[in-house]
Amino acid sequence: MNKYDVIVIGGGHAGCEAAAASSRFGASTVLVTHQAGTIGEMSCNPAIGGLGKGHLVREIDALDGLMGHVADAGGIQFRILNKSKGPAVQGPRAQVDRKLYKAAMQTAIASCENLSVLEGGVKDLILEAGRVIGVVLSDGEKLLTGAVVLTTGTFLRGLIHIGEQRIPAGRFGEQPSIALSDRLYDQSLTMGRLKTGTPPRLNGQTINWDELIEQPGDNPPVPFSSLTDKITNPQICCHITHTNSHTHDIIRENLDRAPIYSGQIESTGPRYCPSIEDKIVRFQDRTSHQIFLEPESLDNSVIYPNGISTSLPEDVQKAYVRSIKGLENAEILQPGYAIEYDFVDARELFPTLENRKLPGLFCAGQINGTTGYEEAAGQGLIAGINAALLASGLGSDQQSREFILSRTDAYLGVMIDDLVRNGISEPYRMFTSRAEYRLKLRCDNADIRLTPKGQMVGCMGSKRMIWFADHARKLQVAGDLLHSLTLSPSEAKKSGLKLNQDGRQRSAFELLSYPDITWANLAELWPQMNEIEETIQKIIDVDARYAVYLDRQERDIKNYNKEQALKIPRDFDFSAVGGLSNEITQKLEAYQPLTLGQARRIDGITPAALMILIAHIKKSTPERSVKV
Amino acid sequence: MVRSGPKPGLEGKMSVLNDTIFALASASGRAGVAVLRISGPKSESVIEQLSGSPVQPRQATLRLLRDPSSSDPIDRALLCWFPAPKSFTGEDIVEIHSHGSQAVVAKLLSVLASFDDFRLAEPGEFARRAFENGKMDLTSIEGLADLINAETQGQRRQALRQSEGALGKLYESWREHILTASALIEAMIDFSDEEDIIESVEVQVLEIVRELHGSITDHLESAGRRGEQMRDGFRMVIAGAPNVGKSSLLNVLAKREAAIVTSEPGTTRDIIEVHLIISGFPVLVMDTAGIRETTGAVEQEGIKRAFERLSDADLVLWLIDPQQSNEDTSILTSIGDALGPEQVWRILSKADLRENDPEDLPKEIDLAISSKTNEGISVLIEKIERLLGAQQGLQSSPLITRARHRIEVVAAQNALSTFMTGSFDEAELRAEDLRQAANALGRLTGRIDVEELLGKIFGEFCIGK
Ligand SMILES: Cc1cc2nc3c(=O)[nH]c(=O)nc-3n(C[C@H](O)[C@H](O)[C@H](O)COP(=O)(O)OP(=O)(O)OC[C@H]3O[C@@H](n4cnc5c(N)ncnc54)[C@H](O)[C@@H]3O)c2cc1C
Ligand SMILES: Nc1nc2c(ncn2[C@@H]2O[C@H](COP(=O)(O)OP(=O)(O)OP(=O)(O)O)[C@@H](O)[C@H]2O)c(=O)[nH]1
Ligand SMILES: [Mg+2]
Repeated sequence: MNKYDVIVIGGGHAGCEAAAASSRFGASTVLVTHQAGTIGEMSCNPAIGGLGKGHLVREIDALDGLMGHVADAGGIQFRILNKSKGPAVQGPRAQVDRKLYKAAMQTAIASCENLSVLEGGVKDLILEAGRVIGVVLSDGEKLLTGAVVLTTGTFLRGLIHIGEQRIPAGRFGEQPSIALSDRLYDQSLTMGRLKTGTPPRLNGQTINWDELIEQPGDNPPVPFSSLTDKITNPQICCHITHTNSHTHDIIRENLDRAPIYSGQIESTGPRYCPSIEDKIVRFQDRTSHQIFLEPESLDNSVIYPNGISTSLPEDVQKAYVRSIKGLENAEILQPGYAIEYDFVDARELFPTLENRKLPGLFCAGQINGTTGYEEAAGQGLIAGINAALLASGLGSDQQSREFILSRTDAYLGVMIDDLVRNGISEPYRMFTSRAEYRLKLRCDNADIRLTPKGQMVGCMGSKRMIWFADHARKLQVAGDLLHSLTLSPSEAKKSGLKLNQDGRQRSAFELLSYPDITWANLAELWPQMNEIEETIQKIIDVDARYAVYLDRQERDIKNYNKEQALKIPRDFDFSAVGGLSNEITQKLEAYQPLTLGQARRIDGITPAALMILIAHIKKSTPERSVKV
Repeated sequence: MVRSGPKPGLEGKMSVLNDTIFALASASGRAGVAVLRISGPKSESVIEQLSGSPVQPRQATLRLLRDPSSSDPIDRALLCWFPAPKSFTGEDIVEIHSHGSQAVVAKLLSVLASFDDFRLAEPGEFARRAFENGKMDLTSIEGLADLINAETQGQRRQALRQSEGALGKLYESWREHILTASALIEAMIDFSDEEDIIESVEVQVLEIVRELHGSITDHLESAGRRGEQMRDGFRMVIAGAPNVGKSSLLNVLAKREAAIVTSEPGTTRDIIEVHLIISGFPVLVMDTAGIRETTGAVEQEGIKRAFERLSDADLVLWLIDPQQSNEDTSILTSIGDALGPEQVWRILSKADLRENDPEDLPKEIDLAISSKTNEGISVLIEKIERLLGAQQGLQSSPLITRARHRIEVVAAQNALSTFMTGSFDEAELRAEDLRQAANALGRLTGRIDVEELLGKIFGEFCIGK
């Protein structure tokens, strides 16, 4: 029987990152997936990044993950969203050529050391004393392992709906995973069902492009990955069109044939990514919705119409598509559909993404109730590192066997904390507003925030480490320079900068925090500032502009971390804590918080309960306590 | 049981449970008996070190205590030993009931301090240990703090009202308004790439924030004053021309001869204060020097002090003697202007000397009294009671009673001010302002930094409690 340190099930976005991270760590890893040819498949829209999601991609890149540079290799239009707002809430996004992306991902996977790819479906898990120790493939072959990462996306009992039609499938044309799902139910994991949808794909050659508004990308395109020098793909434009009242009439007339309204689908879909029929019902007063026509590849042959995802029957899809300007003759290549699938309750996971009920099993990606490639990839990365840590048996204590990012470190930390603490009631997607330390957790400083953490745990390639050492040094030198250059108000006045005439010397760094003073203004005074690289300039500039707020956030973070530092032992017996109400005890037992911070954010936990908890944790901390 | 253990991640003075702590538990100063309380793992050793041999648990034992370093006798005292866990703190406790001389207490404290791992307790530390050892739950500790602090029935009611959540509800409703505004801004930030671009929310958000800022400002200004009145006493000043009967009125209200009364104008020279409780409200009544033109330096100083008290009075009882008809009303007018006319009552004194029908009062006069016959006095007291009652009834929005509350409410107010002056182009910073405001209020209502709150609550206790 073959034995691997880590087995990753599923070659989607989560699976690829998990497998790559585990192999970077040095663990012998196998990626088991239905078809090697669908590795890196984008099930839905041909785009990576966006608001919140772009942050995730930058963080994945900072931890030496794949998504950033693969998207750079596949990107055919790059845009920074929210340019009119501040840097903390700007998000990079790219249209991606589906084929280029897939090819780049497969190359990246192939070039990972210690990583092999095995084609096949996993139909069962092998358990021993309640632990997962291996998997069984559909052909009966067994593989043994130290840890399994399950990233089966929408495949667990996947069921596609197109109008009245129902097709068991994981994605269009792909078999679902039924046996595996049954196994998880058998292990009494709490499972639920969600749905998501995708729009019809259109033939680009049948669209009247001339009538439509063009939307170009940024020039020059800014790559996701810090290690990408330059985007070399030719860049394309997207186009914008709109639904109209006629479109809405067609959809309204056929609502009874839409599975979500006919009762055929009962599971919850994403509120912020509604199907077109949803939008018509919920926003009755709107007579028009915007649609982005996004090329799925450079040859422009397949178009993804972003904004009209649907599960209406094919004939209705055709009718409403053709009611839209520019799409009068559009040919549908593949109908839109909705898919229902099983997901596991992430509240049963540790923040390492290991399942509490099935030790040795890590879950990542859509299976945890999230939606989106970036969310999946981010979880995959964290689960992959933790699975490798567990399987390697390295680390003397619990802490060094875990790689957990906090809410104060990264969007990745925010996401996983949200998932394992609250679970989900609708598909979970990242937003910048989920991050309470948003001003600190920016795209521009992702490397500085996370690469050192990745280095500590040992999951970084040498190319990244060399780049980072240089980057960190430049940042340090430039920061020192800006703090050392100083100016008195009267000198500033001579140079045309308006300051309080209080006689106080201010550093260049301080001066940058004034709304009307720019880097260029100061570089006139101190030409050496122009010698600093632009990416470095930007990080320092933003830090300076946010300084007042960042200082305050830093204080909040300190408080938060202090509290966070109080760990609740894994086997802590909440029922033995006197003075807690039954309701609170039950909640604590259900959520099994690992830190006081987690306990605090459980719904309904009172300050008094927390204090009682603190007292008991302190008393039950075993080291050095005196038994009487 | 685990008697004491290290406390991971918590620095701070109170955190070392390994120490044995001690403090004077009774009030300081000369007294018949003083009680010293010692709690912690080494408490028991005190008994042998000071008295030479062990004592029975939970029995008062009279012993001669000696300084172990010199064998000098200190005092003959009662020793009580409460072994853990059946003690106030749940730890070993020894109590020494010594004579209440300051010298004895000082000597005992210095001897205790010389023992290894012994130190003086921080304020509230005994209660905190009791809490941490599961001897008391938080509500009873808070109740204890309130009980210790409340002096009047009104204060007790206020504490009760607060503990029942009136203040919390108010703050929570504010927080919800902020969250509404936040949601609008966050949507503007996070959905700007979506098709249904959120229309400008600026006006809407600004309106919410302005209104809220107004409420918070009102709360800080009006409620703040009333909270202080309840805490520090309602300030009532008796003033008027010399010889109008001010001191006589004070004495009637105080039901004792607190001030000297003579028929000579200019008798009272300094402020005379009397503490009363009216309708559960602590009231500070102040008798002042009669106000007139004078050359006497002492009397001038007295008049100056009278004016000082008038300037921050909650209520002025301005007495007018019907026999002194040519009174200068300009002073009265200026006080009324400064404090607000409803805070100055014009009272006709010596009503027994009037010939007119008691009902027939000049229209500028609020009521007539006589300190001699007590005519009108009960009417005056009822009127004061009504005012104080109204003050309490006015608490539709509850009062700020603690510094902690004020700090957070002010923090919220400041964050909202920054919001109103900041630019919407930096939407992420405006969102941050709202988050700060919501956090400040959240710390009041429960989403708080637990350690900090712990410190605050236990800090309300005085040493030895
Ligand atoms: C129809 C549809 C619409 C979507 N719409 C949106 C949207 O509008 N917005 C959005 O943000 N996201 C959308 N998504 C979500 C996005 O595609 C996913 O979130 C993301 O791809 C999830 O990544 P993953 O790695 O978790 O799973 P997937 O990318 O789904 O990968 C799962 C992989 O696991 C393999 N696998 C499954 N079972 C087994 C097994 N038993 N043995 C071996 N291999 C197995 C599969 O072959 C596949 O390679 C949509 C997805 C679908 C299918
Ligand atoms: N008949 C009568 N005499 C009163 C009454 N109140 C005070 N007197 C007399 O008025 C004189 C002055 O009384 P005080 O109370 O000393 O007056 P005051 O306003 O304190 O005087 P100064 O301290 O000098 O400003 C005394 O002789 C009192 O006996 C009253 O109600 N009726
Ligand atoms: Mg007097």
